[in-house]
Formats: sequence, structure tokens, C-alpha cells
Amino acid sequence: MKAIHYDAIILGAGAAGLSAAIYLSRAKLKTLLINEGSIGGQMVLTHAVANYPGVHETSGRDISLIMKKQAKEFGADIESNVEITKLDLSGKEKLVEIDDDEIFTSDVVILATGGKPRKLGIPSETKFKGFGISYCATCDGDFYAGKDIVVVGGGNSALEEAVSLTKLVKSITIVHQFDNFQAHEYAIEQAKKNDKISFIMESEITEILGEELVTAVKVQNQKTGKEQLINTDGIFIYIGYIPNTDKFKDVIKLNNRNEILTDENMKTNVDGIFAAGDVREKKFRQITTAVSDGTIAALNAIEYIQTNKK
Amino acid sequence: MLQTNLNHINSEDEFKQIIENNENVMICCGRMGPMCLPVYDAMESLEDKYENVKFYDMDFDTPHAHVIRNHELARKFMGLPFTFYFKNGQAVHATTSIQTKKQVKSNLDEYLT
Repeated sequence: MKAIHYDAIILGAGAAGLSAAIYLSRAKLKTLLINEGSIGGQMVLTHAVANYPGVHETSGRDISLIMKKQAKEFGADIESNVEITKLDLSGKEKLVEIDDDEIFTSDVVILATGGKPRKLGIPSETKFKGFGISYCATCDGDFYAGKDIVVVGGGNSALEEAVSLTKLVKSITIVHQFDNFQAHEYAIEQAKKNDKISFIMESEITEILGEELVTAVKVQNQKTGKEQLINTDGIFIYIGYIPNTDKFKDVIKLNNRNEILTDENMKTNVDGIFAAGDVREKKFRQITTAVSDGTIAALNAIEYIQTNKK
Repeated sequence: MLQTNLNHINSEDEFKQIIENNENVMICCGRMGPMCLPVYDAMESLEDKYENVKFYDMDFDTPHAHVIRNHELARKFMGLPFTFYFKNGQAVHATTSIQTKKQVKSNLDEYLT
């Protein structure tokens, strides 16, 4: 199998990866964007983006489609919905194999693989996906009209989606593992003043019960160990994201949350490897910060390629 | 109207004709939401590889989508999209909620070969 060589390969086509592709391809570098999921990454999960500077209001999907179009028009190649079957980042020339049948090499790799929703880690979670477990209120809220549901989590997503679901459901019990919320004050206030919402703090779901559909959950208090049974028709899970770093965790330096460590130029511990977006260690995860990361990574990658070609 | 590159099913008659006149048909019935988009994308990327299968989508909120919404196999479904696999006019498999490309491929190989 003959490898096709690129100046730069970007892994991941969320806001960071797409931004990097735009900058690299516009700089006339031969650029390949490889994505295992759908174009846009977590950005497409956001229905209404109202705080992207210069854009009055749009959806995450629309932003991602425009970014993809820009990257393609500047000359980037895109391989989407593929599986990365081999990855060798250790040498001077980097190698990526996809779907066991195409090999690409490059001088530079930008890791922009983002994150995936964290799961409860309970065996029955997979069984009940689509049968009482949901990760998207706007997608599946209709199915729970007039029903009692549980929302798991204490961040912005959990509280905002819970408030939004109160328009449809009969009642919501928010189960959160800590004694305080991580959400912004406004989201907490909105949830607390809603009569349909009650709270079980410092607790975790230990078991999901039901035959074909979810009928109840067991919730355990983390301090006392005491368990209680809550009858419910559904569970909406918003407990954050985990970084997609499994494929390169042995080569790239990660922190204890498995996020990539970079310097301010988005450089990793490996020469020629940069990281951008939610996959790297940082405090704020927004579309705008991912765009910034992708831009910085691309500009430094351009400099790296030009320096090493001399 | 769904904004995908798949062929859309726009009426109940069209639905009937498609499943009756094609041996293998995959239909994803959903909206333009985050659980549905990855399934449409997976289908688009598999169209060339599975020439024996016809790929379609259907807008979940249109009246004619009742053929999927109220299908016996979807009786307990609580998550979008509803994805159906038809062979010789019969629904042989259906899934609820988001599916990966790997899961879609596996279902195509198992049910529509």
C-alpha cells in the first residue's frame, strides 16, 4: 500500500480541527483533515449559538458547514466518518492509516480529536439507550411529555436542559454527585425557582431498573451510602466529556484527566505534533476558544514546516 | 425538509413504492439534531460501498412519517432517530437513538446482504 504524503494532517473536524484546516490550506500547505465522526464535532450539538462574535445567531451545525466549505475551498482534503486503524506519531514522518486500506504520512499532525460524552458507567446504560436513556433533550424531550424524569449532572448543560424539559415533562429530579453545582449562577437560579424540579445532591445513580423501558433508578448518597429508589420514565445524562486521547496516550503527554498537555503555541511533548481544542488541558471550552486553539496550532505548524524544509 | 445529501421520502405512496420495488432499503427517520446527523453522515459515506442498498431519510415531523413512527418495531422507541432496515418490503431490523458508522455497517451486513 503506497502512502500519500501531506504537509499536515489534522485529526478531528470540530471547531479546532476545521479552523486549523482553513489556516493550513490557505497557506497553500497540502492538508488532510481526518475525522472519525461527523463534521463539526460537539459544535453540532448546539442548536443556537448566540455568542459567536460577528454572527448574530446561528446553529453549531451551520457554523461547521461553513467552516468545512471554507477548508475545502482553500484546498484541504477531508476524510470523514472513517476509522483510524493505525497511528504512528513517534518518527519525524508521521503516519496515519484509515479503514485498514489507506495510508497517509505528514510532517506535522494536529490533534483536535475533542471529547465524547461521559457515561454513567453502569452496565444497563447501553441497553436502555433510546429506551429511557437520552443524551439530548431537544431530540428526545417529546417522548417524555407528561412523564417523570431524572436529569443527571450539575453543569450548565444539565441545568439548562432540565429547565427546558420542564415545558414538556411532569417532574424532574436532578441527581448530582457534588454538594454544589458547577453551572453558571443564572442557570442554577432558573432551575431552583422551577416548581417542577427537585434535587438530590451528593448522590449517584447505581442501578437502572426496567424490562424493555426504564422504570426506576437506584440512587446512592455518597456521604451516607444510603440508597433510595426513584420511579422514573427516563434519564437524561449530562455529566461532562472525556477527551479522545486513547489512540495516542502512550506517545503524547497527558494530564491525570487524560487531556493533552501543550505549551501556549499548542506544541505537545513530541516534535511536529500540536494539539488544539477540547482535547487539550484548558479551563474554558467554547467554540471560540477551540477556533483560537486551531488557529494558533496551524500558524505554529506552518512555521515548523517552513523551518524544517529549509 | 431534511438538509442532507440523502434521497428524501416525501409521501406514504413513495415510501410504499420504495420498499416494494427495492430488495434492500435503509431509512433513517429523524430531525436535524445531534443524535440524527451522525446517522445521516454514516449513511452518506456508505452509499457507494453498499450498491445493493437504497438509502433514504424521512422527516420525523411530517404526517407521512407515521409509517415509521407507528411501526410495530418502533413501539417502545424513545430516542431519535428511528432507523429501519427493509428487505423485500419487510422491516427486518430497527434501531433507536444515535448509531455509529460501525453499528450501521454491522446492521447492513447482518440484515441486508
